[in-house]
Amino acid sequence: MSALITINEIYYLIGVILMLLVGMTLRDKGNPKRVTTALFWFLFGSVFLFSDLLISTLGKPMAYRIVGVIVVLISLIAGCGLLSIGTYKQRNAEQRQASANKLGNWLFLPAILIPVVTVLCTVLLKDVAIGGMYILDQKQLTLAALCVGCICAILAGWKLTGGTPLHAVRESRRLLDSIGWASVLPQMLAMLGGVFVVAQTGKSVQEIVSLFVDPHNRFMLVVIYCVGMALFTMIMGNAFAAFPVLTAGIALPFLIVGQHADPAPLVTIGMLAGYCGTLMTPMGANYNIVPAALLELKDKYLVIKTQIPTALTLLVANIFLMYFLIFR
Amino acid sequence: MTVTELLPLIGIPIVVAGFALKFNPLLVVTVAGLATGLSVGMDPGTLLETFGEKFINSRSLAVYVLILPIIGLLESYGLKERAQDWISSLASATSARILMLYFVLRQGFGALGLTYIGGQAQTVRPLLAPMVEGAAAARHGDLPQHIRDKLRAHSAACDNIAVFFGEDIFIAFGAVLLMDAFLKENGIAGIEPLHLGLWAIPTALAALAIHMFRLVRLDASIQRDVDAWKKTNASNANEVTA
Repeated sequence: MSALITINEIYYLIGVILMLLVGMTLRDKGNPKRVTTALFWFLFGSVFLFSDLLISTLGKPMAYRIVGVIVVLISLIAGCGLLSIGTYKQRNAEQRQASANKLGNWLFLPAILIPVVTVLCTVLLKDVAIGGMYILDQKQLTLAALCVGCICAILAGWKLTGGTPLHAVRESRRLLDSIGWASVLPQMLAMLGGVFVVAQTGKSVQEIVSLFVDPHNRFMLVVIYCVGMALFTMIMGNAFAAFPVLTAGIALPFLIVGQHADPAPLVTIGMLAGYCGTLMTPMGANYNIVPAALLELKDKYLVIKTQIPTALTLLVANIFLMYFLIFR
Repeated sequence: MTVTELLPLIGIPIVVAGFALKFNPLLVVTVAGLATGLSVGMDPGTLLETFGEKFINSRSLAVYVLILPIIGLLESYGLKERAQDWISSLASATSARILMLYFVLRQGFGALGLTYIGGQAQTVRPLLAPMVEGAAAARHGDLPQHIRDKLRAHSAACDNIAVFFGEDIFIAFGAVLLMDAFLKENGIAGIEPLHLGLWAIPTALAALAIHMFRLVRLDASIQRDVDAWKKTNASNANEVTA
């Protein structure tokens, strides 16, 4: 049975938004690298607009190969430093302050609508169908609900501020430009995780771990996974990069398969154990070193030093939370 | 354990070295992927195919693009200004109380997906750190640099910890979607991003409790630092006059 709002339509919507941003970037004379910046977002957006079309016309292997080339091009553009930030016609500080005063706390309403509508739709519209058609994509329920939430928020924002949806898209270019290449990083890391799966990297980690740990000692396995996530994140500077390797290497074989642990709390707390590592490493430069510079601290490691007590205590808390929550 | 069994790990030192040498992360990840695939004997064509397949299958990670327009719109109509006015109208007096209030708000907003409200450059430097320093100066008089630095570092730490352990509750955040994609990729079905978000709540509460406990003691620790500094200052002054 098909659905009214499917995940593919959401991807088209993302693609359309990205293409609008490409057009705006191309017309932005104030962006010193506007052509390559636009190319970057065009390549990224085309994955959303044309993947399904490519798969249906050329077949999976060829379509995947083309997207593979696109991915390499995207990383080359970013790697050669060809992305830059544009110029934006913004409302000035006085105008913003004036509307902030006028609208008051109502300004928070559209933003709060997104999670509220998402949760309500997920809970209430599960399995709901009209005329043999589900309202929301049942395979990606939360994301379809999120899309409804975003649309509600845009409509509410339009009504509240008088700024149209197109104006909203125009404003979002500033945010997307400031996130820059980092916006593609999660997908790239998921891809690297996928390559690790194919190359059976987790198996190598698994073999190393099995040399040292008794696979029946549940508590020890939890400790190894949590501390491993924190240490690995400290080395890589990013919990996202550590996650697929250690989860495939430790959590999946030993805890989920071996000990029938509940996967949802396991992976969530595992990721958060990784975040404890981010707080303790200069490799997480954006969070730890950049602020030290911004705040003109004499000791550039002072932010890390300040964070270590919370990070270590929280890592211990995560170990116990995980142990008690995954084996209920 | 043989060398061939360790070959699939080749991507890890590449990622480590790449991040350490500050190459662009997208490039580092791509090179690590290429090296891993080639080292286990995949041919380049198949490897590109794997790249494309995994990239297409993780498209859900980009749904945050849908959220940007509304945040952008609200920002242009004064969302940040409103948030700032709100904090300053609520915060009374001490450094620690301002930090606690900021922590709770930042974590709460993060849980709602509003991670763009706040941040080191946008909020901590222009707003939070000056407010925290101002509150301490109002109480203790002029402050030496090392105490100012301590307060600033606490401001930065507050922002990081609050947002790290708040944002994972929000289902459209990258980490949640990455976990979702990982589970589906490994054939574990029946878990929605919403569940993953809910399981982030216990750690969020633990982070709140642990960091609040530290902040509760911050005002007293600043007082001690100031007293110690005044004492050494006084004895230095005595030595000079003596």
